[in-house]
Order: sequence, then structure tokens, then C-alpha cells
Amino acid sequence: MLEVGTLTSHYGRIQALKGLDLTVREGELVALVGANGAGKTTLLRTLSGVQPASGGSIVFDGADITHERADRRVKRGIVQVPEGRQVFGPLSVEDNLRLGGYTRPRDEGDAELERVYSMFPALKERRRQAAGTLSGGQQQMLAMGRALMARPRLLLLDEPSMGLAPRLVEEIYAKVRALKQARTTIFLVDQNARAALSVADRGYVLETGRIVLAGAGRELLGNEQVKAAYLGL
Amino acid sequence: MLAQLLQFLLAGLTVGAIYALVALGFAIIHNASHVINFAQGEFVMIGGMATVSLANSGLPLPLAIPIAVLAAAAVGVVLEKFAVEPARGASVVTLIIITIGASILLRGLATLVWDKKLHALPPFSGDQPIELAGATILPQSLWVLGVTLGIVLLLGWFFGRTLTGKAMLATAHNPLAAQLCGVNVRFVLMLSFGLSAALGAIAGILIAPITLTSWDVGVMLGLKGFAAAILGGLGSGTGAVVGGILLGIAESLGAGYISSAYKDAMAFVIILAVLFFMPSGLFGSKSAERV
Ligand SMILES: Nc1ncnc2c1ncn2[C@@H]1O[C@H](COP(=O)(O)OP(=O)(O)O)[C@@H](O)[C@H]1O
Ligand SMILES: [Mg+2]
Repeated sequence: MLEVGTLTSHYGRIQALKGLDLTVREGELVALVGANGAGKTTLLRTLSGVQPASGGSIVFDGADITHERADRRVKRGIVQVPEGRQVFGPLSVEDNLRLGGYTRPRDEGDAELERVYSMFPALKERRRQAAGTLSGGQQQMLAMGRALMARPRLLLLDEPSMGLAPRLVEEIYAKVRALKQARTTIFLVDQNARAALSVADRGYVLETGRIVLAGAGRELLGNEQVKAAYLGL
Repeated sequence: MLAQLLQFLLAGLTVGAIYALVALGFAIIHNASHVINFAQGEFVMIGGMATVSLANSGLPLPLAIPIAVLAAAAVGVVLEKFAVEPARGASVVTLIIITIGASILLRGLATLVWDKKLHALPPFSGDQPIELAGATILPQSLWVLGVTLGIVLLLGWFFGRTLTGKAMLATAHNPLAAQLCGVNVRFVLMLSFGLSAALGAIAGILIAPITLTSWDVGVMLGLKGFAAAILGGLGSGTGAVVGGILLGIAESLGAGYISSAYKDAMAFVIILAVLFFMPSGLFGSKSAERV
């Protein structure tokens, strides 16, 4: 479904991605782990088209989208939950969700909204509240709900557990597993390598802009290098 | 006494409504791009001057007005597309200088397309003053107030009830997240400039029968609108309207009770006072940088 080939990206003269190759197949949950500053967010931003690729290619469903506009990629079904949630603070929870469905036909909105509310009942109770007043965990749920409103074919999750208490991390990951069960294709980025690799079918390890390891999720969890560098063992 | 006060208030309200429309234009563009568009006053001029010239060429007002508004909106979109958009990523100061350059260019073009004379537009429905509790009001003032009220309600509906309006607000708040929702932020930028230009043009058309219009009418009206926007809190729609009305009334009372010589100074005093004592204005958010 997603084929990334020798992808590079720069911030000015700093090269953040140094030629990445990776694939995500339909229905898979693929995790990308790596230390702070490895380039995980840059990769997701480049996949979403909010950061230009300086070389290489991104192919989605057979179409080359390397230089396609961000909003067109959302229409294709590549939808991202960005790092740090990025909810629209002054707007209500419901407005945030409706904006998530911006690219969808208007008449689908209500049904989609109910689906998201049934997945995140806490959001329904707070539907009229300004998004900025929600707790961190609720904002993460909102950011995920907003992305789901776009009916993603490929969901990109950037650090969904960042800054959350262990109980909330567990809750978020329960939702990720539920989405996987529903056959949503997911590309998950997390510094919390244990959590990410535990739910993943496959994983990649990113180090300073390069993929250094790839394999099945469980396999990587057992890998000595990964254990030492990312699992604190 | 009271009748005189009422008279001043009515005059202030009328001109304040015009300032409010111009200020709304500043607010919408500032929200979309963080740019303070100093060509905003030129949209006011284009509205008035285009209507005058279309009306002089024999077009009835109900036809001339929408054409003039659309023409101004088109100029706004062109300004965005060919002056602001290519400089994307430049500093806000650079963008502001670009808009100042654009305003000089537009004034120059106006003297070429039209002329440097003062022009009058006939009032929409006569000039017979209407008595009101001892004071009088021109029918044109009622047009100004009515249309402004209508526009404010329409904008309230647009930004509060439609997904496109909310997408514009969302883009103002967090352009990255808006893009990730599939909002085409370049389209939002163009829409903002078009909408602001249309609002400015409407202001210029409404006021033309009362104050006359000319190639440089936008300089002062743009400045007043800017003062109103600053007073209300740059980027706030409510603030723009309240700021406009307050500035109009302050000017009118100042001119009536103190001296009309200082009327235009009021705007400068307000700009300076707000910047010194209350940088985020009446309805602005905490930091002046934020939208
Ligand atoms: N906006 C930016 N401007 C310049 N450099 C950046 C910017 N964002 C990230 N970088 C740099 O790119 C590298 C990768 O960052 P990032 O993709 O955020 O990593 P991660 O998400 O893995 O923590 C880092 O060295 C970071 O300093
Ligand atoms: Mg990151």
C-alpha cells in the first residue's frame, strides 16, 4: 500500500532523512522506533506532505505522491495524528471532529461522528467544550478521533503516548489495537519502543535519518541491540 | 442637549460601522496569514471608485455595486496570489512591506484608470434627513448601519456554522493541523484576501455618498480601520466591530464637544494608547503575536 524508496528530506542544509526504504502493506500495523531526534516526525511529516521530500519517492496505492499537496493526500486516505496532538484549542470538541471530516462528503458527517463518539465516549460528554480545556489524554483521544473522521486508509500516529501517565498509555494502545482489529492500516511512531513493538506486526528502527534494523515486532523486541538502546535492558 | 448628544452618537455610529467593516478585513487577513495588510484601505477606494465609474457609464447602482465588490475581491485574490503567496516563508515584516508596496501601486493605478478628482455617488434612497427624537439621520446612514449589521450576522453565521468558516478559523489557529485535516491552506489564504477585499469595498461604497470618494480615500480609512482592529484586539471579529464603533463614536464626540480639528488624531492616539497599555486590545488573546 505504501512504498517509500530512498527518501530524503532536509531542513535547510541539515539532512534529517538520509535515504529511507520502507513498506507498509494493507491491514498491517507497522511501528517505527528510534531515539529523540532520529527523524521519526520528519518522516511522518514528509509522508503527509507538510514537509518536502528532497529526493526519493513515496508511492501510495501505486500512485507516486512524492510531491503531492498535503490536502490531496488526506483525500487519498493518508491521515496523520501529529506529535503533540495539535488540537484546535479554541474550537469545540465537536468542531475539531467535524474538521477531521473536512475532506469527506458532508452527508456522512453525522454517522461518522457517532462512530467516533462510540469509540471515545469521553469526547461525547465534552462535545461542546473547547478542545483546549481537555486533559492531555483526552486531547490525544480527540486528535485520534479527528483523524478517524477522515476515514483513513493509512493512519499515521506520531508519539500517541507522549507525556501520558501509564494508565492512559494503556488506554491509547487499547484503541490502537481496536483499530488494528478493524483492519485499519497503521504506521505507528513511538519513543516508547516496548509499547509500539508489542502491538506491531513489523517494525523498523530509525537512527539519525537511516533505517538500521527491520523485522517482525516480536523479533525486534527480542533483539539485543534494540533491548540495549531502546528498552533500557 | 440630549438631542445634540444623540446627533453625535448617530454620526459616530455610522462612520464607526464603516471602520468596523475595514477592521474586519484586517482581522480576517491577519488571522489567515499574520500579515497586517496595509493595502486594506485600497479595497475601500476600489469599491467606491469602481462603483462611481460604473454608475457614470450608465449602469444602475444595483448592478454597479456587486460588480465593484467582485472586482475588489478579485484584486484581493490577485494580491494574495502574486504578491503575498510568492513570499511565503518570508518574515511577517517583509510581508507587511509588500502590502505597503501594493497599496502604493494600487493608488497609482487608480489615478491612471480613473483620475485624481473627488467623486460623489448618489445616495441609495434619497437625501431627505429623517427626524429621530430631535436628531436627524440620513437615509444613507441607515443603509450603512443596516448593511453592516447584515454583514456582521452573515460573518457570524459563516465562521460559527459552516465547515468552510471553521476551517478558516482552524487554519488561523494551527495551519499544520488544518493541513493534516485536508484543508487547502492556500485556498484559505486566497479566500481570506478575497473576503477582506469585498468587505473593504462594501465599506467604500456605503460611505461614498456621505463623504465622497477619490483615489486616496483609502489612506485615512485604512488607518482608521487599523486603529479599530488594534483597539478591538487584532484578529478578533467581535473586537473589530466593537473597536470600529468605539472609534467612530470617540471621533464624533471629540469633534462635537472638543474640536473637529483633532478628529483624525483620535485614531493615532488610540493606536498608541493601545500599543502602550493594552497590546492585545479589548478582545484579543493574551499575546499580541497569537491570532
Ligand atoms: N523545524 C526544524 N528545523 C530544523 N531542524 C529540525 C526541525 N525539526 C526537526 N529538525 C531536526 O531534524 C532531526 C529529526 O527531528 P525529528 O524528525 O523531530 O525527530 P524525532 O521525531 O525522531 O524526535 C533532528 O536533528 C532535529 O533537530
Ligand atoms: Mg518526533
